[in-house]
Amino acid sequence: MAVIRDMIPPFELYQPSGVEDAVRLVGEHGDQGWVLAGGLDTFDWLKDRIKRPAAVIDLGGVAELGGISETDDGGLEIGAMARLTAVAESGDVRSRFPLLAEAAGLVATPQIRNQGTLGGNIVQDTRCWYYRSGWPCYRAGGNVCYAGTSRSMNREHCILGASRCVAVNPSDTAPALVALDAEMTVANASGERTYAARDFFIGPEIDITRMTVLEPGDLLTRVRLPAPQPGARWYFEKIRDRKSWDFSLASVASVLHVDGDVVRDARIVVNGVAPYPVRSDAAEAVARGRAPDDETGQMAGEAAVQDARALRHNDYKIALMRNLVKRSVRDAA
Amino acid sequence: MEFLRHAINPWGDDVLLGVSWDLIWAAVVVGALFVVGHALMVPKKTGDETVDPDEARDLPDKVLRHTTGARAFHWSMTVAMFVLLVTSFFPLVGIQFPWVTIHWVAGFGLILTVLYHIWHVFAKQDFRTMLVGGKDVAEGVLALKKALRATDAEAPRPGKYPADQKMFHHVAGVVTVGAIVTGVLMMYRIDHVLWEQNPYLFGDAAWGVIYVIHGLCGVGLIFLVIAHVYFAVRPEKRWMTWSMINGWITRDKYLQNHDPKRWEVVDREAGTASRDAGSGG
Repeated sequence: MAVIRDMIPPFELYQPSGVEDAVRLVGEHGDQGWVLAGGLDTFDWLKDRIKRPAAVIDLGGVAELGGISETDDGGLEIGAMARLTAVAESGDVRSRFPLLAEAAGLVATPQIRNQGTLGGNIVQDTRCWYYRSGWPCYRAGGNVCYAGTSRSMNREHCILGASRCVAVNPSDTAPALVALDAEMTVANASGERTYAARDFFIGPEIDITRMTVLEPGDLLTRVRLPAPQPGARWYFEKIRDRKSWDFSLASVASVLHVDGDVVRDARIVVNGVAPYPVRSDAAEAVARGRAPDDETGQMAGEAAVQDARALRHNDYKIALMRNLVKRSVRDAA
Repeated sequence: MEFLRHAINPWGDDVLLGVSWDLIWAAVVVGALFVVGHALMVPKKTGDETVDPDEARDLPDKVLRHTTGARAFHWSMTVAMFVLLVTSFFPLVGIQFPWVTIHWVAGFGLILTVLYHIWHVFAKQDFRTMLVGGKDVAEGVLALKKALRATDAEAPRPGKYPADQKMFHHVAGVVTVGAIVTGVLMMYRIDHVLWEQNPYLFGDAAWGVIYVIHGLCGVGLIFLVIAHVYFAVRPEKRWMTWSMINGWITRDKYLQNHDPKRWEVVDREAGTASRDAGSGG
């Protein structure tokens, strides 16, 4: 097991006051640098001495990354350093994107939400304990997955999207952002790039050492939410072992556009079941053109898990995902 | 530059992971240096070689050098090899895509081609044409000296395959088999449809050695492919390359580059030349 010590290995601390400086520092230090946002994921890694960056770039002083502002098209732009409490309690977010407010409000505890940031929640690393304990697994640059075997403790691991690594994405806000069709703005020394939220998260078949498109030198700066469509229904549910405070075992976020009694469009996203938030095209296809009722939900749930494959200890996640998708169609409001 | 990758597990043990991927670039650089060095040092043949009319008598215009089966193997293996190299090394140099399934499927394609090749060689061809004998060693040394301009002596004409081709075949064969054997073992570490995953089949140290061998074979294949493609496009070798496409060589090329006594045209009507008597010695 990891040895937790009080002393964090030494590193150079940089505290930029502007985005430009932050991007420059992140670029300069590349894979030797570590971006510190709220610090809730960071300090676990550093205290466990699993990650040993030479430089830490603390974004706490970059005020311009912390705002929530309206965009010209009626959407919202949220800085990556916006605290989760601010996101969850923002009037603009609550009135126009209650799905995101709900998801942000279910992250961990009030204290953690006060400190944690939206960007940090989005890009946080997986909770696979083999990986986090410092085992030289695929994700850590080694050549084995300790969690994927028949002898492994893999109750929390994935049922979809496995490719050598079976870790899952732990973020609560990520599925909400994919369901809301958000766009992520990433800056580096070459300029800015924008990714659809769905494309921002990547699986191990693309790069087993990363969970997002962010490479060394990249910095997630903003999240942009397009204007909500009138009458859109939404649903978010997070299942966890302890209701008070825990990472999700699985969560679902959905946005349904219902015309009369027919679903015209749907975005259904499940997290905690794959190394990335899974947008279920199959479930969405089932829901489209049908009434958002129990029967459609049941069919959508079945469609969502058709490719699911359980590990030794997590077959419960298949039923969990099926029911979450079902409720996300039936109970969206 | 480091040669091996290590990691420390939570118990403080040093775990061997495999070769350093710096070796990819080392193989590319060595391959490029070889190509440039060879191109500069080794003179091209003038192309004014003549043939002995007595030897040419009764020979057909076209002499079969590679059967359809042999060519099918070569090009199937080429496709499999390129897919394997692309799927293994492109992600390592930053071109990311889902490569794992493509890689092992291509690996099984390679295994099938190799099995076919072995059957084809023993059942349909004369495997002795590829054996290295004393004459081959002497001719290889002479060819090397000539390449280095250490002698003006002409090397005698070989049988079906010159010494350098035989050596390339055997080195490529060993490296390919090394990659295949270790690759099949490595499939115990991933989840796939063929058999159950068991990453504990070997201990960490043994796995490390398997990964090192696989990595070395892969990196070695980069160099071998560079060298092979280079020789295939050299002007004085293109007749051989064409023979791998259309199967035959001209009578003149046959007589200029092969000793009819060591690679005899058996069926003069069909131009089939398959009896190689020149490997031993």
